[in-house]
Amino acid sequence: METKTSHLRSEEMILNMGPQHPSTHGVLRLEVELDGELIIDVRPHIGYLHRCFEKHCEAMTYPQIIPYVDRLDYLASMYNEFGYALAVERLAGIEVPPRVEYIRVIMGELQRIASHLVAVGTYGLDIGAFTPFLYCFIEREKILTLFEMTCGARLLYNYIWVGGVSHDLPPDFIRLTKEFIVTFKPIIAELNNLLSYNKIFIERTANVGILPLDTAINFGVTGPNLRASGLKWDLRRDDPYSIYDKFDFEIPVGEGWHGTVGDCWDRYYLRMLEMEQSIRIIEQAIEQIPDGDVTSAIPKRIKPAEGQIYSRVENPRGELGYYIVSKGGLQPHRLKVRPPSFVNLEVLGELCKGHLVADVIAILGSIDIVLGEVDR
Amino acid sequence: MKSTEEILELLKGKFGSDIIGLVSAPPEKMIDITPASLYNVAVFLRNNEELDFDNLMLLSGLDDANGSTLSVVYHIESVKEKHKLVLRVTVPKDNPITESVVKVWECANWHEREAFDLIGIKFNNHPNLIRILMPYDWNAGHPLRKDYKNPEFYQGMKVPY
Repeated sequence: METKTSHLRSEEMILNMGPQHPSTHGVLRLEVELDGELIIDVRPHIGYLHRCFEKHCEAMTYPQIIPYVDRLDYLASMYNEFGYALAVERLAGIEVPPRVEYIRVIMGELQRIASHLVAVGTYGLDIGAFTPFLYCFIEREKILTLFEMTCGARLLYNYIWVGGVSHDLPPDFIRLTKEFIVTFKPIIAELNNLLSYNKIFIERTANVGILPLDTAINFGVTGPNLRASGLKWDLRRDDPYSIYDKFDFEIPVGEGWHGTVGDCWDRYYLRMLEMEQSIRIIEQAIEQIPDGDVTSAIPKRIKPAEGQIYSRVENPRGELGYYIVSKGGLQPHRLKVRPPSFVNLEVLGELCKGHLVADVIAILGSIDIVLGEVDR
Repeated sequence: MKSTEEILELLKGKFGSDIIGLVSAPPEKMIDITPASLYNVAVFLRNNEELDFDNLMLLSGLDDANGSTLSVVYHIESVKEKHKLVLRVTVPKDNPITESVVKVWECANWHEREAFDLIGIKFNNHPNLIRILMPYDWNAGHPLRKDYKNPEFYQGMKVPY
Protein backbone atom coordinates (compact mmCIF):
# COMPACT_ATOMS: atom_id res chain seq x y z
CA MET A 1 0.00 0.00 0.00
CA GLU A 2 1.21 3.45 -0.81
CA THR A 3 1.63 5.89 2.12
CA LYS A 4 0.24 9.34 1.54
CA THR A 5 2.42 12.10 3.00
CA SER A 6 1.09 15.06 1.09
CA HIS A 7 -1.27 16.08 3.91
CA LEU A 8 1.55 16.32 6.49
CA ARG A 9 2.66 19.87 7.18
CA SER A 10 6.35 20.48 6.83
CA GLU A 11 6.78 24.21 7.28
CA GLU A 12 8.82 25.78 10.09
CA MET A 13 7.27 25.99 13.54
CA ILE A 14 7.58 28.71 16.16
CA LEU A 15 7.87 27.50 19.77
CA ASN A 16 7.45 29.88 22.67
CA MET A 17 9.61 29.27 25.74
CA GLY A 18 8.80 31.31 28.81
CA PRO A 19 8.29 33.98 30.12
CA GLN A 20 7.32 31.87 33.14
CA HIS A 21 9.62 28.88 32.93
CA PRO A 22 12.14 27.86 35.62
CA SER A 23 14.93 27.12 33.16
CA THR A 24 14.87 30.63 31.72
CA HIS A 25 16.28 31.87 35.06
CA GLY A 26 13.74 34.63 35.43
CA VAL A 27 11.22 36.17 33.09
CA LEU A 28 12.69 35.70 29.64
CA ARG A 29 10.73 34.73 26.55
CA LEU A 30 12.48 32.82 23.82
CA GLU A 31 10.94 32.59 20.39
CA VAL A 32 12.41 29.40 18.96
CA GLU A 33 12.10 28.80 15.25
CA LEU A 34 12.17 25.08 14.51
CA ASP A 35 12.51 22.85 11.51
CA GLY A 36 11.33 19.58 13.00
CA GLU A 37 13.61 19.17 16.03
CA LEU A 38 16.38 21.35 14.69
CA ILE A 39 16.69 24.97 15.68
CA ILE A 40 16.87 27.56 12.94
CA ASP A 41 16.97 30.60 15.17
CA VAL A 42 16.32 31.73 18.73
CA ARG A 43 15.07 35.26 19.37
CA PRO A 44 15.07 36.40 23.00
CA HIS A 45 12.39 38.89 24.06
CA ILE A 46 13.39 40.83 27.13
CA GLY A 47 12.10 43.74 29.16
CA TYR A 48 9.67 41.99 31.49
CA LEU A 49 11.63 43.24 34.52
CA HIS A 50 12.31 46.73 33.15
CA ARG A 51 12.08 49.21 36.00
CA CYS A 52 13.62 52.40 34.57
CA PHE A 53 16.87 52.19 36.51
CA GLU A 54 18.65 54.74 34.33
CA LYS A 55 15.79 57.23 34.48
CA HIS A 56 15.65 56.93 38.28
CA CYS A 57 19.37 57.65 38.53
CA GLU A 58 18.97 61.01 36.84
CA ALA A 59 16.74 62.14 39.70
CA MET A 60 18.95 60.96 42.57
CA THR A 61 22.24 62.03 44.15
CA TYR A 62 25.28 59.82 43.69
CA PRO A 63 25.11 58.01 47.09
CA GLN A 64 21.36 57.44 46.76
CA ILE A 65 21.94 55.32 43.65
CA ILE A 66 23.86 52.59 45.50
CA PRO A 67 20.81 50.62 46.75
CA TYR A 68 19.43 50.62 43.20
CA VAL A 69 22.70 49.29 41.85
CA ASP A 70 22.30 46.28 44.19
CA ARG A 71 19.19 45.27 42.32
CA LEU A 72 20.82 44.99 38.91
CA ASP A 73 22.61 41.68 39.25
CA TYR A 74 21.06 40.50 42.47
CA LEU A 75 23.38 37.51 42.75
CA ALA A 76 26.47 39.72 42.74
CA SER A 77 25.34 42.88 44.53
CA MET A 78 28.68 43.48 46.25
CA TYR A 79 30.44 43.61 42.93
CA ASN A 80 27.89 46.00 41.44
CA GLU A 81 28.48 48.38 44.34
CA PHE A 82 32.23 47.93 43.98
CA GLY A 83 32.08 48.91 40.32
CA TYR A 84 29.78 51.86 40.90
CA ALA A 85 31.82 53.25 43.81
CA LEU A 86 34.96 52.92 41.70
CA ALA A 87 33.37 54.78 38.78
CA VAL A 88 32.24 57.72 40.92
CA GLU A 89 35.59 57.85 42.71
CA ARG A 90 37.43 58.02 39.40
CA LEU A 91 35.07 60.73 38.16
CA ALA A 92 35.28 62.85 41.29
CA GLY A 93 38.93 62.07 42.07
CA ILE A 94 38.43 60.49 45.50
CA GLU A 95 41.21 58.41 47.09
CA VAL A 96 40.20 55.59 49.43
CA PRO A 97 42.19 54.25 52.41
CA PRO A 98 44.09 50.96 51.89
CA ARG A 99 41.98 49.01 54.38
CA VAL A 100 38.89 49.84 52.35
CA GLU A 101 40.50 48.44 49.20
CA TYR A 102 41.25 45.17 50.94
CA ILE A 103 37.74 44.88 52.39
CA ARG A 104 36.28 45.49 48.93
CA VAL A 105 38.45 42.82 47.34
CA ILE A 106 37.60 40.26 50.04
CA MET A 107 33.88 41.01 49.71
CA GLY A 108 34.04 41.01 45.92
CA GLU A 109 35.78 37.66 45.70
CA LEU A 110 33.47 36.07 48.30
CA GLN A 111 30.61 37.35 46.17
CA ARG A 112 32.19 35.83 43.08
CA ILE A 113 32.28 32.43 44.77
CA ALA A 114 28.66 32.79 45.93
CA SER A 115 27.55 33.82 42.46
CA HIS A 116 29.43 31.01 40.71
CA LEU A 117 27.93 28.51 43.19
CA VAL A 118 24.46 29.57 42.09
CA ALA A 119 25.49 29.38 38.44
CA VAL A 120 26.96 25.90 38.80
CA GLY A 121 24.15 24.60 41.02
CA THR A 122 21.29 25.82 38.87
CA TYR A 123 23.07 24.62 35.76
CA GLY A 124 23.03 21.10 37.18
CA LEU A 125 19.38 21.62 38.01
CA ASP A 126 18.62 22.62 34.41
CA ILE A 127 20.28 19.48 33.10
CA GLY A 128 18.46 17.29 35.62
CA ALA A 129 20.93 16.85 38.48
CA PHE A 130 19.16 17.99 41.62
CA THR A 131 21.58 17.08 44.43
CA PRO A 132 24.60 19.26 43.51
CA PHE A 133 22.30 22.28 43.71
CA LEU A 134 21.72 21.63 47.43
CA TYR A 135 25.45 21.24 48.10
CA CYS A 136 26.10 24.54 46.37
CA PHE A 137 23.47 26.37 48.34
CA ILE A 138 24.79 25.10 51.69
CA GLU A 139 28.13 26.73 50.89
CA ARG A 140 26.56 29.88 49.51
CA GLU A 141 24.55 30.20 52.72
CA LYS A 142 27.82 30.33 54.69
CA ILE A 143 29.03 33.24 52.57
CA LEU A 144 25.72 35.06 52.94
CA THR A 145 26.02 34.61 56.73
CA LEU A 146 29.41 36.32 56.58
CA PHE A 147 27.83 39.21 54.65
CA GLU A 148 24.92 39.40 57.06
CA MET A 149 27.36 39.63 59.95
CA THR A 150 29.11 42.55 58.27
CA CYS A 151 26.24 44.69 57.05
CA GLY A 152 22.97 43.15 58.19
CA ALA A 153 21.67 42.13 54.77
CA ARG A 154 21.89 38.84 52.94
CA LEU A 155 21.29 39.82 49.34
CA LEU A 156 21.07 43.59 48.82
CA TYR A 157 23.81 45.06 50.95
CA ASN A 158 24.27 48.81 50.49
CA TYR A 159 27.70 48.16 52.03
CA ILE A 160 30.31 49.59 49.67
CA TRP A 161 29.91 53.34 49.54
CA VAL A 162 31.61 56.00 47.47
CA GLY A 163 34.90 56.67 49.32
CA GLY A 164 34.67 53.78 51.75
CA VAL A 165 32.43 51.12 53.23
CA SER A 166 29.55 51.65 55.63
CA HIS A 167 30.98 49.63 58.57
CA ASP A 168 34.30 48.14 59.50
CA LEU A 169 34.55 44.33 59.50
CA PRO A 170 33.13 42.73 62.66
CA PRO A 171 35.77 41.33 65.05
CA ASP A 172 35.16 37.67 64.19
CA PHE A 173 35.02 38.13 60.41
CA ILE A 174 38.63 37.25 59.60
CA ARG A 175 38.57 34.11 61.77
CA LEU A 176 35.25 32.92 60.31
CA THR A 177 36.37 33.59 56.73
CA LYS A 178 39.51 31.53 57.34
CA GLU A 179 37.34 28.72 58.69
CA PHE A 180 35.07 28.95 55.68
CA ILE A 181 38.00 28.66 53.29
CA VAL A 182 39.32 25.59 55.08
CA THR A 183 35.95 23.84 54.82
CA PHE A 184 35.22 25.04 51.28
CA LYS A 185 38.38 23.81 49.56
CA PRO A 186 37.46 20.10 49.72
CA ILE A 187 33.90 20.94 48.61
CA ILE A 188 35.14 22.00 45.16
CA ALA A 189 36.66 18.56 44.63
CA GLU A 190 33.47 16.97 45.89
CA LEU A 191 31.32 19.01 43.53
CA ASN A 192 33.62 18.04 40.67
CA ASN A 193 33.14 14.36 41.46
CA LEU A 194 29.43 14.83 41.92
CA LEU A 195 28.65 16.81 38.79
CA SER A 196 31.58 17.88 36.59
CA TYR A 197 32.88 14.42 35.73
CA ASN A 198 29.46 12.77 35.66
CA LYS A 199 29.09 10.84 32.40
CA ILE A 200 25.52 11.97 31.73
CA PHE A 201 26.40 15.59 32.44
CA ILE A 202 29.37 15.49 30.07
CA GLU A 203 27.24 13.88 27.35
CA ARG A 204 24.70 16.68 27.66
CA THR A 205 27.20 19.56 27.65
CA ALA A 206 30.44 18.67 25.84
CA ASN A 207 30.50 19.67 22.16
CA VAL A 208 27.21 21.56 22.60
CA GLY A 209 26.88 25.29 21.93
CA ILE A 210 30.41 25.93 20.74
CA LEU A 211 31.37 29.60 20.79
CA PRO A 212 34.37 30.37 18.54
CA LEU A 213 36.68 33.11 19.78
CA ASP A 214 36.15 35.60 16.94
CA THR A 215 32.36 35.33 17.28
CA ALA A 216 32.70 35.85 21.02
CA ILE A 217 34.69 39.08 20.60
CA ASN A 218 32.43 40.31 17.81
CA PHE A 219 29.33 39.82 19.98
CA GLY A 220 31.04 41.51 22.94
CA VAL A 221 30.87 38.40 25.12
CA THR A 222 32.94 38.83 28.29
CA GLY A 223 33.73 37.08 31.54
CA PRO A 224 33.91 33.30 31.97
CA ASN A 225 32.10 32.83 28.65
CA LEU A 226 34.86 34.63 26.74
CA ARG A 227 37.64 32.92 28.67
CA ALA A 228 36.08 29.53 27.97
CA SER A 229 36.55 30.31 24.27
CA GLY A 230 40.27 30.49 24.88
CA LEU A 231 41.19 34.16 25.38
CA LYS A 232 43.11 35.12 28.53
CA TRP A 233 41.13 38.29 29.13
CA ASP A 234 40.34 39.33 32.66
CA LEU A 235 39.90 42.99 33.58
CA ARG A 236 41.50 42.32 36.95
CA ARG A 237 44.70 41.83 34.94
CA ASP A 238 44.11 43.56 31.61
CA ASP A 239 42.60 46.82 32.86
CA PRO A 240 43.69 46.72 36.50
CA TYR A 241 41.66 48.49 39.15
CA SER A 242 41.71 48.65 42.94
CA ILE A 243 44.60 46.54 44.31
CA TYR A 244 44.35 43.40 42.19
CA ASP A 245 47.93 43.91 41.00
CA LYS A 246 49.13 42.99 44.50
CA PHE A 247 47.80 39.45 44.37
CA ASP A 248 49.13 36.35 42.77
CA PHE A 249 46.44 34.43 40.88
CA GLU A 250 45.94 32.69 37.60
CA ILE A 251 43.40 33.25 34.83
CA PRO A 252 42.05 29.90 33.68
CA VAL A 253 41.00 29.56 30.04
CA GLY A 254 38.96 26.94 28.22
CA GLU A 255 40.96 24.06 26.76
CA GLY A 256 38.26 21.81 25.40
CA TRP A 257 38.75 19.29 28.20
CA HIS A 258 35.96 17.00 27.08
CA GLY A 259 35.16 18.27 23.62
CA THR A 260 35.81 21.50 21.76
CA VAL A 261 37.15 24.78 23.14
CA GLY A 262 34.22 27.02 24.04
CA ASP A 263 31.51 24.40 24.50
CA CYS A 264 29.04 24.33 27.39
CA TRP A 265 31.21 22.07 29.53
CA ASP A 266 34.14 24.48 29.21
CA ARG A 267 31.98 27.42 30.25
CA TYR A 268 30.67 25.45 33.21
CA TYR A 269 34.04 24.12 34.34
CA LEU A 270 35.73 27.50 34.07
CA ARG A 271 33.53 28.72 36.91
CA MET A 272 34.76 25.86 39.09
CA LEU A 273 38.35 26.85 38.34
CA GLU A 274 37.65 30.52 39.01
CA MET A 275 36.34 29.73 42.47
CA GLU A 276 39.73 28.24 43.32
CA GLN A 277 41.48 31.40 42.16
CA SER A 278 39.09 33.58 44.18
CA ILE A 279 40.01 31.59 47.27
CA ARG A 280 43.68 32.28 46.57
CA ILE A 281 42.99 36.01 46.37
CA ILE A 282 40.97 36.00 49.60
CA GLU A 283 43.73 34.10 51.43
CA GLN A 284 46.34 36.65 50.38
CA ALA A 285 44.08 39.62 51.15
CA ILE A 286 43.33 38.32 54.64
CA GLU A 287 47.05 37.96 55.34
CA GLN A 288 47.91 41.47 54.12
CA ILE A 289 44.93 43.53 55.32
CA PRO A 290 46.16 46.63 57.22
CA ASP A 291 44.46 48.41 60.13
CA GLY A 292 42.88 51.79 59.69
CA ASP A 293 39.74 53.82 59.37
CA VAL A 294 37.20 52.84 56.74
CA THR A 295 34.82 55.81 56.74
CA SER A 296 37.24 58.76 56.80
CA ALA A 297 37.25 59.30 53.02
CA ILE A 298 33.47 59.23 52.54
CA PRO A 299 32.54 62.68 51.25
CA LYS A 300 29.55 64.53 52.73
CA ARG A 301 28.55 65.84 49.32
CA ILE A 302 29.56 64.45 45.96
CA LYS A 303 29.58 67.03 43.19
CA PRO A 304 31.95 66.00 40.39
CA ALA A 305 33.08 68.61 37.90
CA GLU A 306 31.73 68.54 34.36
CA GLY A 307 33.01 65.47 32.52
CA GLN A 308 32.40 61.83 31.84
CA ILE A 309 33.84 58.42 32.60
CA TYR A 310 33.44 54.85 31.47
CA SER A 311 34.70 52.62 34.24
CA ARG A 312 34.53 48.84 34.19
CA VAL A 313 35.19 45.93 36.52
CA GLU A 314 35.24 42.16 36.18
CA ASN A 315 31.90 41.10 37.60
CA PRO A 316 31.29 37.33 38.07
CA ARG A 317 29.42 37.42 34.75
CA GLY A 318 31.77 39.60 32.75
CA GLU A 319 32.53 43.23 32.06
CA LEU A 320 30.32 45.44 34.19
CA GLY A 321 30.72 49.05 33.09
CA TYR A 322 29.28 52.33 34.29
CA TYR A 323 29.19 55.29 31.96
CA ILE A 324 28.53 58.45 33.95
CA VAL A 325 28.11 61.90 32.45
CA SER A 326 28.27 64.77 34.90
CA LYS A 327 27.20 68.34 34.19
CA GLY A 328 28.52 69.49 37.55
CA GLY A 329 25.36 68.83 39.53
CA LEU A 330 24.57 66.66 42.55
CA GLN A 331 22.83 64.17 40.28
CA PRO A 332 24.34 62.48 37.24
CA HIS A 333 23.23 63.92 33.92
CA ARG A 334 23.19 60.41 32.47
CA LEU A 335 24.14 57.07 33.91
CA LYS A 336 24.32 54.07 31.65
CA VAL A 337 25.17 50.58 32.74
CA ARG A 338 26.78 48.00 30.53
CA PRO A 339 25.37 44.85 32.09
CA PRO A 340 27.39 41.76 31.16
CA SER A 341 24.31 39.51 30.95
CA PHE A 342 22.57 41.83 28.48
CA VAL A 343 25.45 41.60 26.04
CA ASN A 344 26.14 37.89 26.65
CA LEU A 345 22.51 36.94 26.04
CA GLU A 346 22.60 38.35 22.52
CA VAL A 347 24.86 35.52 21.32
CA LEU A 348 22.28 32.87 22.29
CA GLY A 349 20.69 32.72 18.83
CA GLU A 350 24.10 32.17 17.26
CA LEU A 351 24.95 29.35 19.69
CA CYS A 352 21.69 27.46 19.33
CA LYS A 353 21.61 27.22 15.54
CA GLY A 354 21.50 23.60 14.38
CA HIS A 355 21.03 22.13 17.83
CA LEU A 356 18.03 20.31 19.29
CA VAL A 357 15.32 21.88 21.45
CA ALA A 358 16.63 20.25 24.63
CA ASP A 359 20.03 21.87 24.05
CA VAL A 360 18.56 25.38 24.32
CA ILE A 361 18.25 24.84 28.07
CA ALA A 362 21.82 23.56 28.34
CA ILE A 363 23.16 26.51 26.33
CA LEU A 364 21.13 29.18 28.11
CA GLY A 365 22.20 27.82 31.49
CA SER A 366 25.86 27.83 30.49
CA ILE A 367 25.74 31.54 29.57
CA ASP A 368 24.56 32.25 33.14
CA ILE A 369 22.35 35.32 32.86
CA VAL A 370 20.55 37.30 35.54
CA LEU A 371 17.43 38.95 34.22
CA GLY A 372 17.58 41.72 36.82
CA GLU A 373 20.45 43.31 34.93
CA VAL A 374 19.36 42.34 31.44
CA ASP A 375 16.17 44.35 31.85
CA ARG A 376 17.25 47.00 34.36
CA MET B 1 49.24 51.11 21.76
CA LYS B 2 48.22 54.51 20.41
CA SER B 3 46.96 57.62 22.17
CA THR B 4 43.75 59.40 21.22
CA GLU B 5 45.75 62.26 19.63
CA GLU B 6 47.68 59.89 17.35
CA ILE B 7 44.46 58.21 16.24
CA LEU B 8 42.91 61.64 15.63
CA GLU B 9 45.79 62.52 13.26
CA LEU B 10 45.35 59.23 11.40
CA LEU B 11 41.60 59.81 11.03
CA LYS B 12 42.05 63.43 9.93
CA GLY B 13 44.47 62.31 7.23
CA LYS B 14 41.95 59.79 5.93
CA PHE B 15 38.59 61.49 6.37
CA GLY B 16 39.43 65.21 6.42
CA SER B 17 36.56 67.49 7.36
CA ASP B 18 34.30 64.65 8.53
CA ILE B 19 36.38 64.53 11.70
CA ILE B 20 35.17 67.54 13.66
CA GLY B 21 37.76 67.45 16.42
CA LEU B 22 38.76 66.48 19.91
CA VAL B 23 36.38 67.18 22.80
CA SER B 24 37.67 67.14 26.33
CA ALA B 25 35.36 65.70 29.00
CA PRO B 26 37.73 65.03 31.87
CA PRO B 27 38.91 62.43 32.67
CA GLU B 28 38.01 61.23 29.13
CA LYS B 29 38.64 62.62 25.65
CA MET B 30 36.40 61.96 22.69
CA ILE B 31 36.57 62.44 18.94
CA ASP B 32 33.58 64.17 17.36
CA ILE B 33 32.65 62.94 13.89
CA THR B 34 29.76 63.55 11.50
CA PRO B 35 26.90 60.99 11.38
CA ALA B 36 27.35 60.53 7.62
CA SER B 37 30.94 59.35 7.98
CA LEU B 38 30.32 57.12 11.00
CA TYR B 39 30.08 53.79 9.20
CA ASN B 40 33.23 54.34 7.13
CA VAL B 41 35.20 55.52 10.15
CA ALA B 42 34.07 52.44 12.10
CA VAL B 43 35.13 50.11 9.29
CA PHE B 44 38.50 51.85 9.08
CA LEU B 45 39.07 51.63 12.84
CA ARG B 46 38.19 47.97 12.85
CA ASN B 47 40.17 46.85 9.80
CA ASN B 48 43.30 48.98 10.12
CA GLU B 49 46.05 46.66 11.31
CA GLU B 50 47.69 49.17 13.62
CA LEU B 51 44.40 50.13 15.28
CA ASP B 52 42.45 46.84 15.26
CA PHE B 53 39.47 48.03 17.30
CA ASP B 54 37.64 44.71 17.55
CA ASN B 55 35.55 45.24 20.67
CA LEU B 56 32.66 47.67 21.11
CA MET B 57 32.42 48.00 24.88
CA LEU B 58 29.44 50.31 25.06
CA LEU B 59 27.15 52.31 22.82
CA SER B 60 25.06 54.88 24.62
CA GLY B 61 22.47 57.38 23.52
CA LEU B 62 22.38 60.73 25.26
CA ASP B 63 20.00 63.64 25.50
CA ASP B 64 22.26 66.68 25.53
CA ALA B 65 19.62 68.67 27.44
CA ASN B 66 20.07 71.74 25.23
CA GLY B 67 16.73 71.24 23.52
CA SER B 68 18.17 70.74 20.04
CA THR B 69 20.56 67.76 19.86
CA LEU B 70 20.94 64.13 20.85
CA SER B 71 24.20 62.22 20.67
CA VAL B 72 25.54 58.69 20.50
CA VAL B 73 28.79 57.79 22.25
CA TYR B 74 30.86 54.76 21.24
CA HIS B 75 33.43 53.29 23.64
CA ILE B 76 35.67 50.94 21.69
CA GLU B 77 38.88 49.10 22.46
CA SER B 78 41.36 46.73 20.92
CA VAL B 79 41.82 43.42 22.70
CA LYS B 80 45.24 42.87 21.14
CA GLU B 81 46.69 46.40 21.12
CA LYS B 82 45.00 47.36 24.42
CA HIS B 83 44.12 50.92 23.44
CA LYS B 84 40.73 52.56 23.83
CA LEU B 85 38.87 55.29 22.01
CA VAL B 86 35.70 57.29 22.52
CA LEU B 87 33.74 58.46 19.46
CA ARG B 88 30.74 60.74 19.43
CA VAL B 89 28.19 61.70 16.81
CA THR B 90 25.64 64.45 17.37
CA VAL B 91 22.29 64.49 15.61
CA PRO B 92 19.48 67.07 15.62
CA LYS B 93 16.59 66.24 17.92
CA ASP B 94 13.87 66.77 15.34
CA ASN B 95 15.50 64.37 12.84
CA PRO B 96 17.78 62.02 14.82
CA ILE B 97 19.19 59.68 12.18
CA THR B 98 22.65 58.14 12.12
CA GLU B 99 24.32 55.06 10.65
CA SER B 100 24.18 51.60 12.19
CA VAL B 101 27.46 49.83 12.99
CA VAL B 102 25.96 46.35 13.40
CA LYS B 103 27.90 45.16 10.37
CA VAL B 104 31.13 46.24 12.04
CA TRP B 105 30.50 45.09 15.61
CA GLU B 106 27.70 42.56 15.98
CA CYS B 107 27.02 43.47 19.62
CA ALA B 108 25.86 46.94 18.53
CA ASN B 109 22.54 45.33 17.55
CA TRP B 110 20.90 45.36 20.98
CA HIS B 111 22.71 48.51 22.09
CA GLU B 112 21.29 50.39 19.11
CA ARG B 113 17.82 49.00 19.74
CA GLU B 114 18.12 50.26 23.30
CA ALA B 115 19.25 53.72 22.18
CA PHE B 116 16.28 53.78 19.78
CA ASP B 117 13.88 52.58 22.48
CA LEU B 118 14.92 54.91 25.29
CA ILE B 119 16.30 57.99 23.50
CA GLY B 120 14.68 57.75 20.06
CA ILE B 121 17.71 57.73 17.79
CA LYS B 122 17.16 55.99 14.46
CA PHE B 123 19.92 53.91 12.94
CA ASN B 124 20.05 53.51 9.17
CA ASN B 125 20.55 49.93 7.92
CA HIS B 126 19.82 48.33 11.27
CA PRO B 127 18.46 44.80 10.66
CA ASN B 128 15.66 44.93 13.22
CA LEU B 129 15.14 48.34 14.80
CA ILE B 130 12.29 47.72 17.28
CA ARG B 131 11.82 48.49 20.96
CA ILE B 132 13.71 46.24 23.33
CA LEU B 133 13.12 47.15 27.00
CA MET B 134 9.78 48.97 26.80
CA PRO B 135 6.65 47.15 25.58
CA TYR B 136 6.50 46.82 21.78
CA ASP B 137 3.28 48.89 21.65
CA TRP B 138 4.52 51.75 23.84
CA ASN B 139 3.46 54.84 21.93
CA ALA B 140 4.20 57.61 24.40
CA GLY B 141 7.70 58.45 23.22
CA HIS B 142 11.18 57.75 24.48
CA PRO B 143 11.56 57.76 28.27
CA LEU B 144 15.18 58.83 28.67
CA ARG B 145 14.63 62.15 26.90
CA LYS B 146 14.73 65.00 29.36
CA ASP B 147 11.36 66.38 28.22
CA TYR B 148 9.58 63.01 28.44
CA LYS B 149 6.15 62.99 30.08
CA ASN B 150 4.43 59.83 31.29
CA PRO B 151 1.19 59.06 29.48
CA GLU B 152 -1.92 59.01 31.61
CA PHE B 153 -3.03 55.55 30.52
CA TYR B 154 -1.36 52.54 28.98
CA GLN B 155 -3.82 49.95 27.64
CA GLY B 156 -6.48 51.18 30.06
CA MET B 157 -4.16 51.06 33.09
CA LYS B 158 -3.36 54.26 34.95
CA VAL B 159 0.38 55.01 34.65
CA PRO B 160 1.30 57.65 37.29
CA TYR B 161 0.87 56.32 40.81
